[in-house]
Amino acid sequence: MADITATNKQILDFNYQLTAQADSFPTLSVLDNTGKIVDNEAFERAELSNDDLINILKRMILSRQLDIRSTKLAKQGRFGFFAPTAGQEASQMASSYAFTDDDWLMPGYRDIPQIVMKGWPIWKAILWSRGHVLGNVYTTEDDKPVNSWMPQIIIGAQYVEAAGIGLGLKKRKKNAVVYAYTGDGGTSQGDFYEGINFAGAYHANAVFFVQNNGYAISTPRAVQTAAPHLAAKGWAAGLPSLVVDGNDPIAVYLASKEARSWAVNGNGPVLIETITNRLEAHSTAGDDPLRYRTKDDIEEWWEKEPLIRMRKLLQDQGIWNEKQEDDYVKEVNQLIDDQIKIADNVDKQKISNFIKNTLEVPSQAMKEQIAKFESEGK
Amino acid sequence: MAVKSYIDAIREAMDLALEKDDDVIIFGEDVGKNGGVFRATDGLQAKYGEDRVFNTPLAESGIGGMAIGLTTQNYRPIMEIQFFGFLFEVMDSIAGQMARNRFRFNGTRSMPIVVRSPYGGGTKTPEMHADNLEGMVAQIPGIRVVMPANPADAKGLLLSSIASNDPVVFLENLHLYRSLKGEVPEGYYTTPLDKAAIAREGDYISIISYGGGVPVALKAAEELSKNGISAEVLDLRTVSPLDIQSIGETVAKTGRVVVVQEAQRMAGVGAAVMSEISERFILSLKAPIGRVAAPDSVYPFGQAENDWMIKSDDVVAKVMEVVNYD
Ligand SMILES: Cc1ncc(C[n+]2csc(CCOP(=O)(O)OP(=O)(O)O)c2C)c(N)n1
Repeated sequence: MADITATNKQILDFNYQLTAQADSFPTLSVLDNTGKIVDNEAFERAELSNDDLINILKRMILSRQLDIRSTKLAKQGRFGFFAPTAGQEASQMASSYAFTDDDWLMPGYRDIPQIVMKGWPIWKAILWSRGHVLGNVYTTEDDKPVNSWMPQIIIGAQYVEAAGIGLGLKKRKKNAVVYAYTGDGGTSQGDFYEGINFAGAYHANAVFFVQNNGYAISTPRAVQTAAPHLAAKGWAAGLPSLVVDGNDPIAVYLASKEARSWAVNGNGPVLIETITNRLEAHSTAGDDPLRYRTKDDIEEWWEKEPLIRMRKLLQDQGIWNEKQEDDYVKEVNQLIDDQIKIADNVDKQKISNFIKNTLEVPSQAMKEQIAKFESEGK
Repeated sequence: MAVKSYIDAIREAMDLALEKDDDVIIFGEDVGKNGGVFRATDGLQAKYGEDRVFNTPLAESGIGGMAIGLTTQNYRPIMEIQFFGFLFEVMDSIAGQMARNRFRFNGTRSMPIVVRSPYGGGTKTPEMHADNLEGMVAQIPGIRVVMPANPADAKGLLLSSIASNDPVVFLENLHLYRSLKGEVPEGYYTTPLDKAAIAREGDYISIISYGGGVPVALKAAEELSKNGISAEVLDLRTVSPLDIQSIGETVAKTGRVVVVQEAQRMAGVGAAVMSEISERFILSLKAPIGRVAAPDSVYPFGQAENDWMIKSDDVVAKVMEVVNYD
């Protein structure tokens, strides 16, 4: 029997293929679970000033407080639909810190905190959550446009649309990128593949995030795909693709900053998988995580959560203390209280407006319906 | 007979189908341990194992395509689309593929698939979840669209759908899941597809509706009876194809018609009913056909659903308009 070449042997070695895939994506990590710096050079390369470090922590605290308050209010029926974010503060807030106001954000339904960071007032976030159309007006309190789309409900849709934004930014020669978020479940959608593939093919100005938080509602990551790393899907589209410790704010920021600078310089998109965990329910609409995961598992992840690490890092650097944190938590809660009041006082939506906003030029039937609802004050 | 909720009747139907026929399998997002986000499949994985009831990756198009493929191995898939608002992701599998395959294969292959999905509003879901997209699928040749309006029908129609060799889009009204209870016969039974039912007898006017519109129509009929108007309520049950014979019978009986749908006015099923009546039974009519439907806007944001959705008062008002025509 004729022997085959070593190369061909390797090609046909399926076991080797599987190990190679599994070994190809080392995890970027700068801090350990306790907030100790494990890669000093990477820490330096992040070029974070003390102010930056404090800002990132503050954003993460704001996000956590918003999560706690929203969950509480949702239970009282005062909030609306809410997808908890606890555990994902580094993935969300340290990543978005690397982008500018000119960059475009394409969020999923769990990515409310990133939109808020772009200047979308919290009262609008509350209205969005309550199913009020004014929640979808993306301007700041002083009426400046916010470069963000609505929290996308159709999983994956934001990825294909992001490819279009990224291509548009490139064609217009803008010094900006689009950054888009989906979850581990989202990587199973056709739109996910199409989005990264189109963006790659056009070398669009885009950075794609996959927040691998372990679960898509009740479906564990392992049922989503046999691929050992979700980032590997980026390779199929020709994108530099990274796996990052998603609970490590410094690693997430570093990866995001470098990805942005790669993309904005015309090199094409980057995909970043952040390994994190959703510490609470999928949403406040009746999900019970204990149906599909164990208490122990959840508790273990609470020990690895990102706020502990960031707080410890800053305390070790002597730039943060408990008093500062308490004060900031109070400040944030006061802000949330004020914002709830604003949301509570917004006028009811009008059905006549819905019909008016469905087409710029309404049909005869629509005109009749508008007149009818207006006459009823609706 | 025991009184059961609409969703319990649906679960019971699937339980009986799994028990009766090993070829029946259930899959979709979160249908396993979680029993679906509404618990329609609760306990079925524990009872029948992961081989027969299992979670899929998060991709509706994948779920639809996989169902089609599994039929070649003689499986009878019941696939769940978590909310019918996600229909667009699986539209090619439903409209482009499974609905056409019997025709494309010259009648040599069938598609014994049930696409189960919750639809309709009134529960303040986030946008894009609740939607009345039945008109879109009802206009596709090669597929049945079944929309039960009460627990007993939900069970019997689902069992018929699972037994059918044609693909069925089986739409479950999400507002009725827990709010509607009714007597449900024990054990395995089927309710015929393509057959409307008289939900309430009457002789002065016919209110024709389906799915979530039926309880609204029944409430209106109750109101009307207090004013001495006897309204018959016809529940279409299968909205594609339409049971034209039953429609003709009620029109012949009363001569006055109001068609009631939860969907927007321009969106389908009601319009099909009205056009069949005008083409076939116009001489039985004593007045123009009235229509109650939601406004022609995009499906509303949650907080405004109450104002936007049809109400029994709208039906009463429209009936009075038709009654007072002369
Ligand atoms: C196209 C589509 N299919 C299904 C859903 C219902 N759904 C909402 S969230 C979710 C799980 C998403 O998981 P993942 O992408 O991992 O994000 P995570 O919720 O974990 O942040 C599902 C199935 C949806 N919103 N859109």
